[in-house]
Amino acid sequence: MRMVRYLASAVGVVMIVMLAGIAYAWRSQISPVDVPPASSFDAATIARGASLAAVGNCSVCHTKAGGEVFAGGLALPTPFGTIYATNITPDPETGIGRWSEQAFARAMREGVDREGRHLYPAFPYDHFTKVTDEDNRALYAYMMTRKPVRSETPPNELPFPINVRMVLAGWKLLFFKPGVYQPDSTKSAEWNRGAYLAEGLGHCGACHTPRNLMGAEKTDQLYAGGEAEGWNAYALNAASPAPVPWTVDSLTRYLSNGYEEQHGVARGPMAPVTANMGSAAPGDAKAIATYIASVMGEPSVERKARGEGVSKSPAAQSPGVLVQAAGSQSLPVTVDPKDPGAAIYAAACSSCHDAGRPVPYGGLPLRLSSATHGPTPMNPINVILYGLPAPEGERGPIMPGFAGTLTDRQVADLLAYMRKTFSDQPAWKDIEPLVADIRAGAKDTELHSLGSDGNAPANPTKRETSW
Amino acid sequence: MVALTVNGKTHQVDVDPDTPLLYVLRGELELNAAKYGCGLGQCGACTVLVDGEPVFSCVTPVLVLEGRKVTTVEGLGTLEAPGPLQQAFIEEQAAQCGYCIAGMMMRAQALLQRNAAATDEEIKAHMEPNLCRCGTHMRIMAAIKRAGKLMQTASAASTGRTG
Repeated sequence: MRMVRYLASAVGVVMIVMLAGIAYAWRSQISPVDVPPASSFDAATIARGASLAAVGNCSVCHTKAGGEVFAGGLALPTPFGTIYATNITPDPETGIGRWSEQAFARAMREGVDREGRHLYPAFPYDHFTKVTDEDNRALYAYMMTRKPVRSETPPNELPFPINVRMVLAGWKLLFFKPGVYQPDSTKSAEWNRGAYLAEGLGHCGACHTPRNLMGAEKTDQLYAGGEAEGWNAYALNAASPAPVPWTVDSLTRYLSNGYEEQHGVARGPMAPVTANMGSAAPGDAKAIATYIASVMGEPSVERKARGEGVSKSPAAQSPGVLVQAAGSQSLPVTVDPKDPGAAIYAAACSSCHDAGRPVPYGGLPLRLSSATHGPTPMNPINVILYGLPAPEGERGPIMPGFAGTLTDRQVADLLAYMRKTFSDQPAWKDIEPLVADIRAGAKDTELHSLGSDGNAPANPTKRETSW
Repeated sequence: MVALTVNGKTHQVDVDPDTPLLYVLRGELELNAAKYGCGLGQCGACTVLVDGEPVFSCVTPVLVLEGRKVTTVEGLGTLEAPGPLQQAFIEEQAAQCGYCIAGMMMRAQALLQRNAAATDEEIKAHMEPNLCRCGTHMRIMAAIKRAGKLMQTASAASTGRTG
């Protein structure tokens, strides 16, 4: 009898805990509304929303390759399974047409959808929670005035128990701090604007901060570098691998144009980010640059000296030194017959990368490249295999891919040569197996193209062909 | 010395290992179909196949080709017996100045030998890296479609089926 009583009370405790959990996790539905007519939003608010949506890079996740903008359906591979980006066009059945502004703002602030279901943090509400009510209103106005597209979002492919959305309440309890951005009164207005955008809508940390086993950003390693879509997102703190230290000015140019003379061209998931930033409100790129430069901090004397050293161009590349002819402007490469990487570099790379033509149409001298100085060879492997795909219908930087030309071993030889020749960093280990993995698709590497026109909105379409 | 297998024949060529394949094809082997366009791997005039994949021969060092199979337009057929792509390009008169055509044919060959029934969209996406400055694109498209049909007919005939 005592046993039965014991069991009964244990069951009772479990039930109370479960009920308390459900009560804690429970969010109410917000009643559906009729799709608000476009005329109910004023043009200035919509325009502000467009600029904010560009900073938020919304189109890139919420559009699948070849699909309609904002109609969702993009598969987001996560370590836990595949999550499909939702349709955020104002379609009443498959999109957010029946969401009130209150429901939209709650999704941004709390990560809960209109029906009251917890959203997966693939939607970066850990950042979007910082967005002000006023900006959410502008974003809502912009989204509700887009073309409604009927497109059902495929169901997520997640294992139990992660497929139970209530579980996300626990994740939020551990890792999510809701609340709008609080300005730092000791800093300038521009710094605060940049911090608000970078920490909030811009969700820079979603890629540039490493994540823990539960998929949450490690708050004690802010901007220490992370991984996204098969690309290394470089550290934006003091550990930035850029040989020439970033400044507010160079970051501003990079963010608004997608390239910078001494740092190169945005590629991978950063390409659409910069293309989107090109259409954001004037001043926003500089504000973000101001904040990020302060996160990086003032470079040490050694770093500055090293930057000055590598940024000097060799005398052979001064105008008029060499007669202009095919290949004549390239610096001669000293080929060690025992180093196949050097011979590959000489034939395949130097005609662009040593020709002295400025980026984005000339190749960046690799002594300036973060890729050759980065912590892993992942990014240069992606670029060597797949190139920089050309943007559709406009001019832009391109690089041919060498997946059909070079074997895994040859890519590894080439990278070992580049690392040794163009950087002062220790050799990378195990390059060849990583090349094989990337080629086999193990890293879900996404290709993106980038137009050169800074103020063109991003072509959000991901590419299915390399170059 | 580098051993280079081109169109089924192995040549011993005496060049530096960092010599681009294009220079070897034209300068040493006198296979002049592939053209020097930009020398930067951006225009596609020099496209040839390496193990069935299209590559820019102007930025491909010969040393990486040891033991691999290179195919050029000369390997697609002869004057007397043109291959399907050559025949289709002649029938569609798909050349203006013709400088890009050898590269176009080789890139198209890579697609058609995988999928002779490629759709217009697939052809466009696949052919994107190759440039034509005369604006002959519509005829090039038509020629690739025609070559695909020729290949399908040929393979149907060779397996003894009809239609």
